[in-house]
Amino acid sequence: MESIKDPILQIKDVSIAYGNNKRAVKNVTADVAKNTITAIMGPSGCGKSTLLRAINRMHELYKAIHVTGEILLNGENVLLMPPTEERRRIGMVFQRPNPFPTMNIYDNVLAGYILNGIKLSRAEKDEIVERNLRNVMLWDEVKDSLTKRGTFLSGGQQQRLCIARSLALQPDILLMDEPTSALDPIATKYIEDLLVQLKNEVTIMIVTHNMSQAKRISDYSMFMYLGELIEYDDSSVMFTNPKDERTRSYLTGKMG
Amino acid sequence: MVRDKNLQIRIFKNRLLYIVVCVFSALTAIPLLAILGEVLVRGWKQLSWTFLTEATPNAFEAMMAMSAGDPMPGGIANGIVGTFVMLLVAAVIAIPVGIFCGICLSEFKGNWFATVVSYITDLLQGTPSIIIGIIVYIWVVVPMKGYSGFAGSVALFIMMLPLIIRSTEETMNILPETLKEAGLALGGSYWRVMLQVMVPSAFGSIFTGILLAISRVIGETAPLMFTALGGAAISWNISRPMSAVPLMIWEFFNDPNLQSLIWGASLFLLTFVLCLNLLAKRIQKKWKV
Ligand SMILES: Nc1ncnc2c1ncn2[C@@H]1O[C@H](COP(=O)(O)OP(=O)(O)O)[C@@H](O)[C@H]1O
Ligand SMILES: [Mg+2]
Repeated sequence: MESIKDPILQIKDVSIAYGNNKRAVKNVTADVAKNTITAIMGPSGCGKSTLLRAINRMHELYKAIHVTGEILLNGENVLLMPPTEERRRIGMVFQRPNPFPTMNIYDNVLAGYILNGIKLSRAEKDEIVERNLRNVMLWDEVKDSLTKRGTFLSGGQQQRLCIARSLALQPDILLMDEPTSALDPIATKYIEDLLVQLKNEVTIMIVTHNMSQAKRISDYSMFMYLGELIEYDDSSVMFTNPKDERTRSYLTGKMG
Repeated sequence: MVRDKNLQIRIFKNRLLYIVVCVFSALTAIPLLAILGEVLVRGWKQLSWTFLTEATPNAFEAMMAMSAGDPMPGGIANGIVGTFVMLLVAAVIAIPVGIFCGICLSEFKGNWFATVVSYITDLLQGTPSIIIGIIVYIWVVVPMKGYSGFAGSVALFIMMLPLIIRSTEETMNILPETLKEAGLALGGSYWRVMLQVMVPSAFGSIFTGILLAISRVIGETAPLMFTALGGAAISWNISRPMSAVPLMIWEFFNDPNLQSLIWGASLFLLTFVLCLNLLAKRIQKKWKV
């Protein structure tokens, strides 16, 4: 692969260990291109989630997880930033939709502002809510029920609400950990289309164990195996002509 | 045909088991119903507006009414006011402290502070209430040179605390971890996420725990004897001795002239506890996490 110019994110020699000796991610180095979708693939347990969660420092919530190496966002080491600021710039969408159960749809979109103690005028709030719900193609479905709780929506709608909630803070990067694995095929298709549209605004890194999904939507693909980044390339190259034997056998369904 | 017969036997067994279960549940319900019935039958005649709004009659008035065959004058308003004020003060302190400790216990498992709090909570929960009364007597009544409603509140606070701590802790434990992660992933600070996402999500269960804690301590008599002491007049002043409904039941029992008031007071207390429990059940259902 040609080297990526002006990467928005640089992962440099990152290793992550659970406890003292269980290394789940081993010396991963990769640059991520701006306004693209990068898929992270690999058999289950290979360290995809572990790597992704290091990028917005979710590991700091748990003792005994050690991250070494550097992660640079626009050249700035994220591991040295204040975590609250860093996480505002790098959003995350989880496997199971998790709108805040006590907040209505309106407040769920604004949750990032509420939790950061940022005061907004009514007009600003309305504007943010409408823009972001339109962005995830949810506005028409919920515009008459903004005061209902988010948990009343269908799974696919909830996940789109969660994406809107992350986008509302206008992050540079959106991390997604198997965001469609809990959804039905139609809701999945909807979200895939959505992501392709969204990459004009935000750089997306998506963990998926669904190869055809990665093939459909991603510009770049990483293949991980046993904690190592085995191959990283243009998706078009990776899916037609993988270089590593392990990648090839994974993509042809002979592994995991 | 054979299969049909088998089926019939199974249906019969099923019915039999069902009946056995019903009988046994009825058996366990009997003592409860008997208590309720006894209190209801003996107490309902006492209940009236004046019973709820007037203070304890003095012994002389009571004696006169009794010998004349009139209904007993006065009521238990001094106890109701005292119970209300002391519970309110106790709850106002116990709720924030209990919720905070509960969060700490569930969040910082294994940390020395959490371990200490956890031990103390267990210890408090197992301490007989009369001992709590004596301790508060030494710690509050003696230094403040007198019995007071405040001392009573402190005793009730100590009794409510472990219940609120445990119910908060248990609720926080069953909230999904991703809820917290989602809040933090939006850049929320730890305590903001705790107070604006986690605690509200757990609110229904925590509130239920609070109601149950109140219903658990509302009938406590022993610790109040050493602290609030009791009083015959309606008093809102927390720095002075105060009465409480369970204390009054004890006083009525000890005064031959007032004994007929026992049942009205008991009925009041029992009804209140029952309502609190029903309310708690409903809230728990509605706010299920
Ligand atoms: N909290 C944890 N404690 C210890 N080991 C863990 C923990 N989470 C994940 N692991 C281990 O780290 C490895 C990578 O896990 P993960 O990143 O979740 O894989 P993936 O997302 O690719 O399925 C696995 O071997 C897993 O068992
Ligand atoms: Mg995973």
